[in-house]
Amino acid sequence: MRARALAAPVIVGVAALLAWEVFVRVGRVAPFVLPAPSAIFQEFLRSFDVIVRTGSASGMNVLVGLVAGTLLALGAALLASRFGLLGEVSAPVVAAANALPIIALAPILNNMFESTSSIPRRAIVALVVFFPIFLNTLRGLREVDPTHTELMDSYAASPWAFNRLVRLPGAAPFFFTGLRQASSLGVIAAVVSEYFGGLQNGLGSRITAAASNTAYPRAWAFVVGACALGLLFYAAALLLERLATPWRRASS
Amino acid sequence: MRRALGSLALAALAAGAWELYKALAPDEGVSVAGVRFLPRSDDQAMPHLWTVLARLGQPELRGGAPIWEVLLSACLTTLGIVAVGLLAGVVVGGLLAVLMQRFGFAERGLLPYVVLSQTVPLVALAPAIAGWGGAIMPQWGTVSVIAAYLAFFPVAVGLLRGLQSPTPEALELMDSYSASWWATLVKLRLPASLPYLFPALKLAGAAAVVGAVVGEISTGTRGGIGRLVIEYSREATTDPAKVYTAMLGAALLGLTVTGLLTLAQRLAARGATP
Amino acid sequence: MIELSGVTKVFNAGRPGEVTAIAAADLSVAAGEFVSLIGPSGCGKSTLLRLIADLAPPTTGSVTVAGKPASAARKDRSYGMVFQKAGLFDWRTVQRNVELPLELRGVGKGERRRRAAAMLDLVGLAEFAGHYPAQLSGGMQQRVSIARALADGPPLLLMDEPFGALDEMTRERLQGELLRICDETGTTVVFVTHSIDEAVFLSDRVAVMTARPGRLTEIVPVSLGARTEEVRQSPEFFAAVTEVRRALRGPSVPVQAEQK
Repeated sequence: MRARALAAPVIVGVAALLAWEVFVRVGRVAPFVLPAPSAIFQEFLRSFDVIVRTGSASGMNVLVGLVAGTLLALGAALLASRFGLLGEVSAPVVAAANALPIIALAPILNNMFESTSSIPRRAIVALVVFFPIFLNTLRGLREVDPTHTELMDSYAASPWAFNRLVRLPGAAPFFFTGLRQASSLGVIAAVVSEYFGGLQNGLGSRITAAASNTAYPRAWAFVVGACALGLLFYAAALLLERLATPWRRASS
Repeated sequence: MRRALGSLALAALAAGAWELYKALAPDEGVSVAGVRFLPRSDDQAMPHLWTVLARLGQPELRGGAPIWEVLLSACLTTLGIVAVGLLAGVVVGGLLAVLMQRFGFAERGLLPYVVLSQTVPLVALAPAIAGWGGAIMPQWGTVSVIAAYLAFFPVAVGLLRGLQSPTPEALELMDSYSASWWATLVKLRLPASLPYLFPALKLAGAAAVVGAVVGEISTGTRGGIGRLVIEYSREATTDPAKVYTAMLGAALLGLTVTGLLTLAQRLAARGATP
Repeated sequence: MIELSGVTKVFNAGRPGEVTAIAAADLSVAAGEFVSLIGPSGCGKSTLLRLIADLAPPTTGSVTVAGKPASAARKDRSYGMVFQKAGLFDWRTVQRNVELPLELRGVGKGERRRRAAAMLDLVGLAEFAGHYPAQLSGGMQQRVSIARALADGPPLLLMDEPFGALDEMTRERLQGELLRICDETGTTVVFVTHSIDEAVFLSDRVAVMTARPGRLTEIVPVSLGARTEEVRQSPEFFAAVTEVRRALRGPSVPVQAEQK
C-alpha cells in the first residue's frame, strides 16, 4: 500500500529529472539558462561543506525567528479571541498585512539593528511567520462546537475550565496548520532576506554570489541546499503536529 | 462600519506606538552583551512618521519628480509584471488542477511535488534565473516567471479541491445523463469550484506580489517598486525617510492587488446571482 | 424529580421577531420515571428540555429539579445531558471523555479511572477505552456520551433526540440498552424525540406537544410491563402508538401546521 502510494511520485520525479538532463544535453542549453541536474549534483557534492555551514546559519535564523514569531502570534491570538472587538478589528488588519510583501522590510530592519548581526533576519522571519499562525489560531479559537458549549454549560463549568478543556485543545489543529505554513515561509524569508544586504553568512548570500560569478550550477546547488532546509523545517513541523495531536491520525 | 473604524483605530495605535517608542527608547536601542535586542530609535533608523509623509511630496532627486509620482509609476510597472505572472500562474495552476482531477496517476504523481514546491524556498532561484533576461525573454519576464511560480500553487491546490467538491450524487446525476467528461467539467465541476477559486486567487495575488518584489531585487530589474526599495535603502544614511516611502509603495501595491481581486470576486458573485 | 409550573418561553420578547416558543407548560416527573417529549419540529420540545437543564431561563413560571431551582440543580450537577450530536472531545480518548464531568468536579485520578471504567462497562465499550472518538461509529459515540452523562452518578438524565442521527437497527439496540441502564441505575429520564415508536417503547408517559405556539397538549400513559424486544409486536404497543398518534394530530392542530 505504502509502496504503491510512493510509486507514482517516484516515477514522475525520475522521469522529470531524466527529461531535464536530456533536454539540456541534446538541446545544448547554456548553463545560465538551465544547468543539467548532473552538473548541479556535482556542485552540490563539491560544495557540501559550505552548504552545511551556511545552511546551519540560515537554519538558526529560521529557528529563532520561528519560535519568537510563534510565541507572539499565540499571545496575540489569545488576546484577540478574548476581547471580541479586538479580534473583529485585528482580523481584517492582519489579513491586509498578509497581502504586503513583508520581506521588503528587510533593508529597514538592517538599519534599525546592526546590518552585521543576525537580528534583522530573525526579525523578518518572526514577522513573516506571525501572520499565518495568528490567523489560523484565531480561527480555531473561535470555532467552538455549539454542543461542546452546551455540554460545558450543563456542567456549570468556569470560563477558565472552558478555555482549558475545550477552546485550547480545539484550536490545536488550526495552530499546527498555521505552524506548517509558517515553517516553509520562515525558511523562504530567512534565505531571501539575505538578497537585501546585511550579514552574508547564509545560503541566500551564496546563491547571489555564485549567480553573479556566473557559476550557475553552483547557484542551483545552493538552492537545492535551501530546499533541503525547507523540507527539514516542514518535516519538523509535521512531526510536532503528529506528536501533539495524536487523535487526528486515529480517524478510522 | 464598526470594523472600518476599529481598523483605523488599530492603525492609529500602531502609529502611536512607533512615535512612543521613538520618544522613549534610547537612540542606540537596547543591547545585551553586545547584541542589540531593541532597535535604534534615532531619526536615521526610525524617522518621524510625518517626515516620511512629507518626503512623499518632495522630489526624488534634486529637481526631479516628487517621490509619490516616482512611486506610483514604479507600482504600475510592478503591477504589470504581477499581472503577467499571476495570469501565467493561473493558467499553469488551472491546467495542473484539471490534469490532476482527470487522471488519478497525475494527481498521485504530481500533487506531492506541487505541495513540496511550497515547502522549499525555490524563490531563492531568482538570482539563478536572472540570466534569462535578455537571452530568452525580456528582463521583466524573468520577474514574471518568479511571480508565476509563487502564484501557481494556491490556484492548483484550490482549484483541484473545487473540481473535486461536487457530491457523488451530483456526479451520478451527470453519469445518468451519460454526460461526457468535458460536459461534466464545464457544467458541474467548474461552477462548483468557483467558491474555491477566488480565495485561491487572493492568495496567489499576494504571493505574486512577493515574488515580483523579490524577483526585481535579485534580478536587478529596473523601474519597479522592489528595485526602489533596494535603491532607496542604500541612501538610508543620508535620506532615511526615503526607504520608508518605498515601503509605503510596496504596501500600496499589495493592497491594490488584493483589492482588485476582491472586486473581481464581488463582480463574479453579482453575475452569478442576477 | 421535576416540577414545571406555568412555564413559558418567549424569544425576542418585546422586540420585532417575537416568538412564543412555549406557551404555559405544566409537568411533573416522578423519581425513576421515564418521560418522553414528542411533537413536530418547532414545537419547543428541545427548548423545554433546555429550560429543565437551565441552559436557558424561562420567561415566566418556575422550574424545580430535584427539589431545587433549576439553576441550583445545574450547579449541583443534578443531571447528565445527552445531545443529538455525541459532542465528544476529538482530542480525548474514550476513557478521558467519560472522565470529563468527574474531572470538572475535582475527583481524583484513581477514582476517575475506576468510575469511567465502570461506566464504559455499563454501555459495553470497555475494550474501546483507549480509542479516539473518530475511530468509533456514530452509535458507539452516542453510547460514550451516555456513559459520560452518567459518570457523575446524576439522578436525572436529560436526552435531546440522542438517537435521531442513527440508523433504525442501531437505534433499536440502543433503546434496549438505555432501558437496561436506567433499570440498573434507577435514573429518571426526560427524553426528547420525534419518533412515536421510540417514545412509546421507552416511556412510562409520553408528553405530547403541538407547535405554534409550543404547548403541552396531552400526556399519554404507557403501560407495557417489562420492555422486551417482543413488546414491539404486541397489540398493547400498537394501541399506545395509535393513542399517541391521535394525540399528536389532535383537534387543536390545524392541517396547515404540517406545511413549513
